[in-house]
Amino acid sequence: MSETDSNPETETEAFGSAPIDTSSGPDTTAEFPLQVDGLRKSFGGITAVDGATFQVESGTLTGLIGPNGAGKSTTFNLITGMLKPDTGTVTFNDEDITGMEPHEIANKGLVRTFQIARELEDMTVLENMMLAPKHQRGEKLWRSVLPGVRGEVIEQEEELLERVWEVLEFFEIDHIAEEYAGNLSGGQRKLLEMARALLTDPDMLLLDEPFAGVNPSLEKRLLTHIHELREQGYTFLLVEHDMDLIMENCEHVIVLHQGRVLTEGTPADIKSNEEVIEAYLGGNV
Amino acid sequence: MGIAETYSRGRRFAVDRPGAILLVLVAVLLFGDLLVGLATGRTAFSEVGSLLWDGLMRGLVIGLAGIGLSMTYSILNFANFAHGDYITAGAFSGWATTYLFAGLGRADIGSLLLVGAGGSVFGGALGIGITGTPFAVIAGLVVAGVFAIALSLAVDRVIFRPIRDQDGITLLITSIGVAFALRYMMQFVFGSDVRGTTAQPPSLSLYFVDGAIRINMHDLTLVVVAGGLMLGVHLLLQRTKLGKAMRAMADNEDLARVTGIPTERVVRSVWIIGGGLTGVAGYMFVLWKGTLGFNDGWLLLLLIFAAVILGGIGSIYGAIAGGLVIGLTASLSVLWIPSAFARAAAFVVMILILLVKPSGLFSGRATA
Amino acid sequence: MSVREDLADRMPGGDAGLIVAVLLVTYAAYVLVGVGLGYSLRGQLNTIAVLTFYIGVFAMLALALNLHWGYTGLFNIGIVGFMAVGVYVMALFTKPIYTPGGAAQVGGLGLPLIVGIVAGMAAAALLGLVVALPALRLRADYLAIVTIAMSEIVRFSFLSSDLQQFQMFGNRVGFGGGSGLILDFTDPLQALFQSVGLWGAYLGFVDAFKAIVPTNPKPVVDGLVYGLFLLLFVAAYYWLLKRTGESPFGRVLKAIREDEDVANSLGKDTNQFKIKSFMLGCALMGLAGIFWLMTQGAVTPNFFRPRVTFFVWIALIIGGAGSNTGSVLGGAVFAAVLYQGPRYFKNLVDTVLPAADAPSSFGPAIAPLISNLNPAPMFFYTVDSIRQLQLVVMGLVLIWLMHNRPEGMLGHRKETAAGIPLTAAHARAAATDGGTAKNAANDAADDAATAGGDSDE
Repeated sequence: MSETDSNPETETEAFGSAPIDTSSGPDTTAEFPLQVDGLRKSFGGITAVDGATFQVESGTLTGLIGPNGAGKSTTFNLITGMLKPDTGTVTFNDEDITGMEPHEIANKGLVRTFQIARELEDMTVLENMMLAPKHQRGEKLWRSVLPGVRGEVIEQEEELLERVWEVLEFFEIDHIAEEYAGNLSGGQRKLLEMARALLTDPDMLLLDEPFAGVNPSLEKRLLTHIHELREQGYTFLLVEHDMDLIMENCEHVIVLHQGRVLTEGTPADIKSNEEVIEAYLGGNV
Repeated sequence: MGIAETYSRGRRFAVDRPGAILLVLVAVLLFGDLLVGLATGRTAFSEVGSLLWDGLMRGLVIGLAGIGLSMTYSILNFANFAHGDYITAGAFSGWATTYLFAGLGRADIGSLLLVGAGGSVFGGALGIGITGTPFAVIAGLVVAGVFAIALSLAVDRVIFRPIRDQDGITLLITSIGVAFALRYMMQFVFGSDVRGTTAQPPSLSLYFVDGAIRINMHDLTLVVVAGGLMLGVHLLLQRTKLGKAMRAMADNEDLARVTGIPTERVVRSVWIIGGGLTGVAGYMFVLWKGTLGFNDGWLLLLLIFAAVILGGIGSIYGAIAGGLVIGLTASLSVLWIPSAFARAAAFVVMILILLVKPSGLFSGRATA
Repeated sequence: MSVREDLADRMPGGDAGLIVAVLLVTYAAYVLVGVGLGYSLRGQLNTIAVLTFYIGVFAMLALALNLHWGYTGLFNIGIVGFMAVGVYVMALFTKPIYTPGGAAQVGGLGLPLIVGIVAGMAAAALLGLVVALPALRLRADYLAIVTIAMSEIVRFSFLSSDLQQFQMFGNRVGFGGGSGLILDFTDPLQALFQSVGLWGAYLGFVDAFKAIVPTNPKPVVDGLVYGLFLLLFVAAYYWLLKRTGESPFGRVLKAIREDEDVANSLGKDTNQFKIKSFMLGCALMGLAGIFWLMTQGAVTPNFFRPRVTFFVWIALIIGGAGSNTGSVLGGAVFAAVLYQGPRYFKNLVDTVLPAADAPSSFGPAIAPLISNLNPAPMFFYTVDSIRQLQLVVMGLVLIWLMHNRPEGMLGHRKETAAGIPLTAAHARAAATDGGTAKNAANDAADDAATAGGDSDE
């Protein structure tokens, strides 16, 4: 990645903006940062996603729901580059990101979390967090090793740690900073994962069932954080099983069924939609 | 399927898999070169025929030994690096038996049991062969199979079973330890010399266009034994409950356990079938090539891995087909490259398959 | 927390202290046995030199492998292939130009030693790239099979008569085929001392050594100095890899080992990191191969059998994958106990019972044991076959370790992957005096300097 070398501004900019600093939140310019058009993916003979088309409005908390096997996780994987679509396009901030590698997409500012929290078990919470920030000088091997330039790396590490600490405090998990991630509770892992994703300076976060296995009080805390961040300008796309939770918290809801968008609208619209009710009943949920 | 769709699929294939296209191109080129060679008389038909026959023999040994490796790889989820030394152990046990039966009264028992270690007795001098001493050969064949079964069960019981729940890499590293201990123990007991084991077997010459292809009785024995055993395994896995259980376990061990398939019993059956075939393969390998050394199995192991990966881990047909491809590659490659690189060519084929189709040629058809 | 780990905590000097202590105990054991048997001083010094040599090469190789396996989770069992390429390319560059009638069948390019060493490392790294580009996408066990197949391809290539000799820039060069390659370049120690203008001083030092070893002291001194030189390089490897691990780069490697998808979804180009880590490790393996063989006078392809790869693996597993200190300790313990130990034992038996005649094979060894319960021939055969049996022992040790102590001697070590101490206290301090990050950085550097050892938890 020559980006770091050729463009020092990006580097400093990436570190300047703390996610809890409202003055410099995400810099999404597009009205609809994420646009998905005609996405299709089949495995063997089974079509998991069958022409899904939708868009997510900037600064909203959008919910993606659907019965089991509706293709939510596959859609997530297609958007974030973990899977390559057969046809269709994904556009992020007016840029076609279809078929890009996951790390390229993450570097564009579209960052995901995983359904089953995938913390790095043998690394401490602080190590997990320090991993996330983009364009770290010390990610260049020679900078980390050579005597003359390592000082700059160390300097940046200190800056990073400072920022990491602020985010840990924001998520109220600073008391477990030295704990190995493998020893955390399910809810703490979810918090860690979101905190970690936030440290990459994303414009938009894709959360895959962030409340699964989280106790009610922690769930409330997570939701508070999400709402605070949304007010700062972050955009969220949320896959969730719990209908009530989606209906209470999202401005906009997209319903997937059999790999395509069944309908979308405000929670009120969705609640009264006959098709949705039928899909859910037929889908055996 | 419309023409347009076929076309677009073809185009996507070409774009997604340039490696595969390139590979096919190279294969076509090499085949074309061979045809030109044959047409111009640069290459003799009989030479190609001999190499084909040789490759087929090699392939049968590799395939036979590969079945066991493929089964344990898919069902126990680890690459068993001790497999090569099971081959050698089977071969030594079988050949000790053959020597004993063939040479009893003509040499002292110790020398016979040590398969003539240190040049104390020679297989050729005892006239060993399928025609000369058929009973000794058959007895050795059986003992080789039985011994390899006993060995693989014992090693599993003492070494692999206690760490069955560990990841594949832990088991792989452990199997390397087993391989070392076995191999050098055999060297300690049987010595490091490569000994001749058989007398010259009777052979016939088949005339083929411009020359002769020699086929001897041991080649034919190998074809009969390997073919028969492969057919037997096929029937066993297709027709019995055991086969079904193995397939279920290869797909998902946890599910198999939940649905009440007695996994430890299946594991034992896998070692019995795999071990038996491996021991027999080791014996037949030595009968066919006429020499025996403590490194034989280890040297064969990487080719067997190549065959198993080529065929798709867990598929016994894949292992057989992969064995034939690898055997033929190693033999036929001398038409184009120096013979020192024959084995390298087989590895290159394996590496290419891993790049183009890592799941192997017969993937998705686990164990059957 | 193991007893060993507590030991490391209590050891003065931390990890470095532990390494020094283990080395001292090892040497003391060797020397004491030698003294007990009345070895000459020359013999003692030679023993120490040989022991140091193997400790050096195995520690270097284990450190390089630790970068692959311990840090990045890359299952490389083709180590010996990278060593071979390192040595052979180095020989190609540095062997003198061919002159008809000389002892060597083929020549080289006649370049300085240092050029050859760099070229050898570069070639090993390049081979690493060739293997890595396609193979890093594969599962760990597939990478294992690809790397070991690669190392065998390398060995077959150097064995083949086609590369035995060829023309390069108008010179007759080659790899010598199965009969091997004579390494007829300037003695490396001589080249080293000449390059810094100390060759005369060194010869004087050797001469002064006559006070201790009266006749022909040079081979003894050479061996000891070369051993010391290797230990210096172990320290250099350690330093380099510690810095690599304790950095953002090392952090990404650690994340890849834990869960590559996560690292990838956080925007890290994991393939780039894996390739860099793999190439660096391969270059270090190439260099270790060069150091192992460049003073041996000749090199044959069959030295590079896969067993050498497994030696390194056993060394790493003894010490504990993931820890640099463990790698050095593992290398030292492996070299002293499993590799040189049995050979030393055989020498001892030969010294104590010089007249004993070992039977040539297992048959004559076991026959007296069975027929008239005479264990002597079996004992002598066993001692005589120690080189095979030590491999059996290594196999059993490996099995034992995987059953009982897969995390190695030092226990489950977690070395922090950051350039600064990652503690809550430090972070809190950094956060409160926000603007003075630079001061904090300096403090951190001071902390690191005083702490000395690895900052393990």
